Amino acid sequence: MADEEDIILRDLSDSELIEQMHDDLYDGLAEEIHEGTTILLERGWDANLILSDALVEGMRIVGIDFRDGILFVPEVLQCADAMKSGMGLLRPILADSDTNSSVGTYVIGTVKGDIHDIGKNLVGMMLEGAGFEVIDLGINNPVENYLEAIDKHKPSILGMSALLTTTMPYMGVVIEELDKRGILKELPVMVGGAPLNQEFADAINAHTYGRDAAMSAELAKTIVGRNI
Amino acid sequence: MGRKLHKSLLVACGALAREIVTLRQQLGLDDATMTLKCVPAEYHNQPAKIAPAVEEILAREASSYDRIFVAYGECGTGGALDAVLESYGASRLHGAHCYEFYAGASQFREITDTEIGSFFLTDYLVKNFDRLVIKGLGLDRFPHLLDSYFGNYTQVVYLAQTHDPVLIEKAQVAADRLGLSLVHRHVGYGDLAGAVGILAGEKPALVPTNSDRMGGR
Repeated sequence: MADEEDIILRDLSDSELIEQMHDDLYDGLAEEIHEGTTILLERGWDANLILSDALVEGMRIVGIDFRDGILFVPEVLQCADAMKSGMGLLRPILADSDTNSSVGTYVIGTVKGDIHDIGKNLVGMMLEGAGFEVIDLGINNPVENYLEAIDKHKPSILGMSALLTTTMPYMGVVIEELDKRGILKELPVMVGGAPLNQEFADAINAHTYGRDAAMSAELAKTIVGRNI
Repeated sequence: MGRKLHKSLLVACGALAREIVTLRQQLGLDDATMTLKCVPAEYHNQPAKIAPAVEEILAREASSYDRIFVAYGECGTGGALDAVLESYGASRLHGAHCYEFYAGASQFREITDTEIGSFFLTDYLVKNFDRLVIKGLGLDRFPHLLDSYFGNYTQVVYLAQTHDPVLIEKAQVAADRLGLSLVHRHVGYGDLAGAVGILAGEKPALVPTNSDRMGGR
């Protein structure tokens, strides 16, 4: 078996570097993503463009292979760590940038009775990459937490996550309460989680079902009119 | 000449195979009278594979048996398993997963209501902890992911089927590896014993069980 040659990231052209970053993100190489992001910034790339073309696009490819059963959760978590290493460099620049404009506020949380947050955290990361201000309520949220966050942050979208078959019906409880209070007609609700499907989302009257993290971010952009 | 029908078919998660064989032996039955077909236990970590795998077995075997039962909980299939069972007129164990039907619904609820961050182990999972949990979650390759997986858990609850000091010790090692405290409860075979007994034609009351319910939605 031939030895692999080390790739010197600085020797690559911009387009080659972006392509290499997609590969490195796919392989979960956090240090390489950090270095690639640094190089692009040094070359004068706009932080928004690095985020969308290198990191989010890389994670979109990861999302497709996760959906198709080529990648599994441990690998995706590695990819997420790699993306975080790039976002750590970009976040302060984006926050200070004149061109930074949030596409909307997204409140997200795992429902009551459920402590699983891997999927929710991946969705939150992809939403942030897509330009949303993400308000993360964490795990085990009763309906009161969602109502309080809606009142406080006036989100464009509310997202709920669940991993367990036993906890996913609570999403319906929250949606019903939002409907009773007249909030549902103004606020799109997205739901997601491993045991969910479109049929369940329809049954509980959710606006949108997010099949995976990358798809959730794409759908969220469509909801706020940034993806048309 | 037509093929002679066997009495019962039990389609089960591989994680329950040893326990079902034990229960079957206790009832004096063998594989000819209660045939056991298993789906790989590894699908515990990939629940989307469970319903298609059960369906494949039922499609191949169901017509040869006059009684069929599926020893699964809902197991994160999002309704897909129940849809398969409905099409074959088969039923399964009540509950979301094996932890619930081993402990019984009320004891399981009592544990999770008291401590929501409970990570459950059974005899099978204790014996196969390294393969299904450590390797299954990729922690052998990426140990730093431990906090991503278990950061919200506070305790390991070992729901034991047998009285085995070696397994209790192994459960403690598993809990230590996850950085969590261990709670040990002997629950026996729970609703699984009742289900196997009913499939064998036993009266539910004759079989030790947490409830006499069996299958159906």
